[in-house]
Amino acid sequence: MQKAWFVAEVCRPVRFLFAAIAVTASLAAAPALAADPIKIGHVAALSGGSAQSGEAITRGLTIAIDEINAKGGLLGGRKLELVQRDDESTPPKGLTAARELVFKEKVAIIFGGIDSPVAFAMLPLLNKEKVPHMAVWAAGTGITRNGANPNYIFRVSAVDVLVDVKLLEYANKKFGAKKAGLILINNPWGESNEKGLIEAVKGNPEIQIVGTEKFENSDVDLVPQLTRLKEKGADVLILVGNAAPGAQVMKARERLSWKVPVVSHWGISGGRFPELTGPTAGEAHFVQTYSFFGKQSPVGERVLAALKAKYPAIKGPGDIFAPIGTANAYDAMHLVALAIEQAKSTDGDAIRTALEDLKTSYQGLIKKYEKPFAPGNHDALGPTDYIMVHYDGDNVVPVY
Amino acid sequence: MLAYAAIITGVGLGSMYGLLALGFHVTYAVSNTVNFAQGSTMMLGAVLCFTFWVTFGWPLALAIPASLLLCAVWSVIVERVAVRPFVRSGSNSWLMATVALGIVIENVVLFTFGKDPRGFPAGSLTTTYVPVGGIKIQALQLIIPVIGLLLAAAIHQFFRRTRHGKALLAVVQNRDAARLMGIDIERVVMASFALSGFLAGVAGILVAPLFTISSTMGTLFGIKAFAVAILGGIGSAWGVVAAGLIYGIAEALITAMLGSTYTQIVTFALVIVALVLRPSGLFGRAEVNKV
Repeated sequence: MQKAWFVAEVCRPVRFLFAAIAVTASLAAAPALAADPIKIGHVAALSGGSAQSGEAITRGLTIAIDEINAKGGLLGGRKLELVQRDDESTPPKGLTAARELVFKEKVAIIFGGIDSPVAFAMLPLLNKEKVPHMAVWAAGTGITRNGANPNYIFRVSAVDVLVDVKLLEYANKKFGAKKAGLILINNPWGESNEKGLIEAVKGNPEIQIVGTEKFENSDVDLVPQLTRLKEKGADVLILVGNAAPGAQVMKARERLSWKVPVVSHWGISGGRFPELTGPTAGEAHFVQTYSFFGKQSPVGERVLAALKAKYPAIKGPGDIFAPIGTANAYDAMHLVALAIEQAKSTDGDAIRTALEDLKTSYQGLIKKYEKPFAPGNHDALGPTDYIMVHYDGDNVVPVY
Repeated sequence: MLAYAAIITGVGLGSMYGLLALGFHVTYAVSNTVNFAQGSTMMLGAVLCFTFWVTFGWPLALAIPASLLLCAVWSVIVERVAVRPFVRSGSNSWLMATVALGIVIENVVLFTFGKDPRGFPAGSLTTTYVPVGGIKIQALQLIIPVIGLLLAAAIHQFFRRTRHGKALLAVVQNRDAARLMGIDIERVVMASFALSGFLAGVAGILVAPLFTISSTMGTLFGIKAFAVAILGGIGSAWGVVAAGLIYGIAEALITAMLGSTYTQIVTFALVIVALVLRPSGLFGRAEVNKV
C-alpha cells in the first residue's frame, strides 16, 4: 500500500519533471529553425548628452536591416531583429547590457555607440565569450588594437590614432597653425587622443604641441584652461570632447575674445552643438566619415530616400543629425550581413573569420569595401576616408 | 591675466555654490535636516524655466516665477514625503530618502524633458559684455554674485530681525517650547524647505545660460554646494555664501595654476584640511549639546 502511494505521489511527478527537462534540453540543443530571427545587439547612449548619436546609429542599423529583411533575410530566410540597450554613456551599464545581450538574448554580434570608455569596458567580455563587436562610432585606438588573439572587435569608424594625424595636418594646412593647444575630455577617450596626438606630431615637423588641458563634462567655465593655452602661444585648438562640453569650450573661447581656429574630433556632432554653442558653432571644423550634403552616390540617394520614408521628420540632409552614426552603422550592418552569409552561421568565431576574409566586395555609403578587414587590421576606414566639415546653422556641411 | 581670469570665473561659480548652500543652511537652521535633493531642485528650476519659456513660449517674466514656485512646491513635497515621516520616528533615514527623491526627479525629467542637453537662447544678459583686461565678462556673471549676496543678506536679516525669522530659529532650539509658544512647527519646517527650493531654483535659472540644461546638471553642483555649506559652517548664512566664493575662486585658481587635472583633487583636499583645522567650518560656531 505504501509502495503504491510512493509510486503514485512521488515517482510520477519526478518522472514528469525528468521528461520536462529532457524536452527542454532537446529544444535548446536543436538547431535554429529557419524562421528564428538573428538577433543583432546594439549597446549605445540612448539617453543623456550623446543620445542623438545612439539614435543616429539606430537609424542606420534599422535602414540596413529593413533592406536585408526585404530581400528575404539571411541564412535561408532568417530575419534580422535589432535588440537595443541604453548604456547611458556609463561603462558599467554598458558592460551589464552586453552581458544581458550575450547570455540572455544570445545575439550574433553587438554594435557599439559613441563612447570609447564603454567599448573598452565591454571588450574583455566579448573577446572571452567569442561574440563579435562592431564599433560604429567610438574611435579609441585600443578598441580594435587591443592585443587579443583572436580578436573579436571590428570597426567601421574613425580611429583616434589616424584622426589625430588628420587633425594636425588639417590645422597646419588649412590655418597655417604651428603651435597646437590640446583641449581634451578627461576620460579614456581623451587619453587615447592625447597619446595619438603626441605620436602624430612626431611625424609632422610643421606643427608642435605647446600645451594640453583637460575638462570634465560638468565644467561650467573653461576660461582658465583656455587662458593657459593662450599664454603658451597656441595658434590652434585641437578639441576632443562631445557636444555639450565642446560647446563650453567654444563659449570660453568667445569670452576670451580669442579668434583661434578650432579643429575638432567628431564628438561635437553627437548632440545639439549649434544650439548649445550659439553663433560661433560654425567656427569649429571637425572630422567626419560621411556627409549627406552635396551630390550623392546611388547608395546615398537610396539611403536618403529610405530615411525620409521611415522617419517623417527627415525632409532633407539637414534633418539627419549625427550623420556619421547613421552612415557608419548602415555600412557596417551590410558588411556583417555578408559575413554571416559567408560563414553560413551565426557562430561568433565563424563570423569573425568571415569578416577577416570577406570574399564579396560591397559598395557602401562611405566607399566600396574590398576586403575591409584582415587578421591584423580590424579597421575598415582610414585617413583617406575622412572628410572635414563644419556647422552651417544646424547642418553639417563639408569644408571646401 | 591667468589669475585674474580665474578670479572672475571663480566668483561667478562660487556665488552659484553659495546660493545652493544657502538652501542647505535654511533647512538646517530650522529643522536640523538638509535636503540632499537640492542639486536636483536646481536642475528642476532650469528645466522648468526652459520648458515654460522656450517650449511653451511663455514670457520670461512669467516663466521665472512659475518655475520658482514649482521648485518651492517640490521641496515641500520632499519634506512631507522624505523628511517628516523619518524625523517623527527619530530616524536619520531622511538622509537617504532625500537622495532617493532627487534621483527620482532626475529620471522623471529625463523621460519628460528629453535626453539631449539643451541651451537657453542668447539673451541680453549673456550677449552684453563688460570687457575687462582682455576678458569679456557677461552681464549675467556680474549679476549672479550680486543676487547671491542680496539673498544672503535678506535671509540673515529675516532670521535675526523679524518675528517670523526668530520663530523659525526658536523651533530648532527647543521644539517643545516653540510649540507651547504657539509656533506651528510643521508649517515652519515646511516653509524652510520651500525657501530652500526657491533658492535652488534661482541658482538653476541663473546658471542655465552659462551651462547646458539636462537632467543631470545638478548632481555635481549639489555635492559641491554641500561641501561649501559644511566648509562655511552650515549654521551661518554669511558663512556659506563666503565659503561658496572661497571654494569657487580656489577651484578656478587651482585649474589656472596647476591645470584642470588637479582641480577636484586639490579643492576637496583643501576642504578636508580646512575642516580638520576648524571642525565647525570657517565661519561656524561650535554647538554645545546639553545633556
